[in-house]
Amino acid sequence: MQLESMYQDIILDHYRNPHHKGLRDPFDAEVHHVNPVCGDEVTLRVSLKDVNGEPVVEDVSYDSLGCSISQASASVMSDLVIGKPVAEAMTISQAFLELMQSKGAGRPDEGLLEDAVAFAGVSKYPARIKCALLGWMAWKDATAQAMEVAQ
Amino acid sequence: MTSVHLDVASVRADFPALARTVRNDKPLVYLDSGATSQKPVQVLDAVRSAYEQHNAAAHRGTHLLGEEATDLYEGARTTVASFLAARPDEVVFTKNATEAVNLVAYALSAPGPLQVRAGDEVLITEMEHHANLVPWQQLCERTGATLRWLEVTPEGRLDTDDLDTMITGRTRIVAVTHQSNVTGTIPPVTEIARVAHEKGALVLADGAQSVPHQPVDVTALGVDFLVFSAHKMLGPYGIGVLFGRAELLEAMPPFLTGGSMIEVVRMEGSTFLPPPQRFEPGVPAIAEAAGLAAAVDYLTALGMDNVAAHEESLTAHALDALREIDGVRILGPDTTKDRGGAVAFEVDGVHPHDVGQVLDELGIAVRTGHHCAWPLHRALGVQASTRASFYVYNTHDEVDALADGIRYAQRFFGTG
Repeated sequence: MQLESMYQDIILDHYRNPHHKGLRDPFDAEVHHVNPVCGDEVTLRVSLKDVNGEPVVEDVSYDSLGCSISQASASVMSDLVIGKPVAEAMTISQAFLELMQSKGAGRPDEGLLEDAVAFAGVSKYPARIKCALLGWMAWKDATAQAMEVAQ
Repeated sequence: MTSVHLDVASVRADFPALARTVRNDKPLVYLDSGATSQKPVQVLDAVRSAYEQHNAAAHRGTHLLGEEATDLYEGARTTVASFLAARPDEVVFTKNATEAVNLVAYALSAPGPLQVRAGDEVLITEMEHHANLVPWQQLCERTGATLRWLEVTPEGRLDTDDLDTMITGRTRIVAVTHQSNVTGTIPPVTEIARVAHEKGALVLADGAQSVPHQPVDVTALGVDFLVFSAHKMLGPYGIGVLFGRAELLEAMPPFLTGGSMIEVVRMEGSTFLPPPQRFEPGVPAIAEAAGLAAAVDYLTALGMDNVAAHEESLTAHALDALREIDGVRILGPDTTKDRGGAVAFEVDGVHPHDVGQVLDELGIAVRTGHHCAWPLHRALGVQASTRASFYVYNTHDEVDALADGIRYAQRFFGTG
């Protein structure tokens, strides 16, 4: 069975005990993203702070309804980006996107992606890639909006 | 218990797809016919033969192939008409059921005797597939008419208690599914049509999930329009049907325009052919029509009563088997009365995507998500569901495989 290659323990752990879940104040931008195929949805808030003239992700909070992959991915994403400079978080986000588009052939950089490498198996299932990307896309959108507000 | 006169083993032998294996070399257990059916060799042969032997543009040309193509296409129309107990000139070929609904919704907003105006009402239901919902929202936006809808009961039946007041003197059309693609519910379409007609409203039934699965006689059903798609009834993609009562089609302006549907074209303007040609612009889909006719012939040979009885027996089995699993909730009626073979359900603590993924690993193909019926899911208080749907080739062993697969998913996610 290949089921375990998709549903790694890390994913199931994050699914059962999602990190940073729940909407929090204050925030600079809030977005609502939906996967129109299945109806999965996420409302996500981003709060940025200025550290020596560089924007840093202070907090990411979210409320979501969805499958194990989308829930776990949002949880892993929040772990990865909170506390990081936006530019660095965007690099991680890009690396995750490339991993998801790799059709199972990607060799993830564990130093960069940490727990998110567990999603490598998901990239073999085209129908589930959007699930894994839902939270990340929402974060990217909210962060872009927060940056605009800051400017 | 309904007696079943269907030799499922010999039916299965006609479907090449059912012989293949899927993930982990498992045999395919195809429980997604509500989305699209598999196709028997008879249909595939008809499509191939149309291309190999009779390929030409129908209704054009003076050559033999052109004549044969025209015969195939018009023969398909006759076959479909007799399947529905309709007249051939009441059968319009469209791309699919969705296009057929759009055709009617467009005709009702264009200038003409049927035009819907501001202040008029359009009545639909909460259990519609988006295909029989969004075009009516758009019609109302274009015309200023008011969209109203019948709600569903917690059991997933259509609430028709207020039918008499929901259909008013201002209602111009009632659009209702003839069988829900989620709950399998078969609403009382004949009764709805009777009340609608008393008040002067037209009735369109979405037969995408009924025509493939039960005998449908348009006169007995009492509707003005019926739409369905070939690909859900063993036929090819890309062709569907709009049945419309002759005098209504006659009163409707064209939808898509171009060649084939005109009478005279001058630079200043054009006149149009009578129905059904008025609604069929461009070179017709000969091979698809031939495939649809072969599908109808196949179903007719099985007997639609037998098809319905076979599915009823599978559905009864599925309802029993799923009811026995702790943590599984069936959406929709839990008996086969006025209910077809779409069985949607929720598994406590396991998202439908994850249920579907585990089933797929076992070779079982189901649908997950909202099945293009988002408002219905909302009304039933769920975000999404898993749906098994049955057809002529499914077996009782496959129903058992589904139940075992659900239990496996529960164990995998630690909820069962």
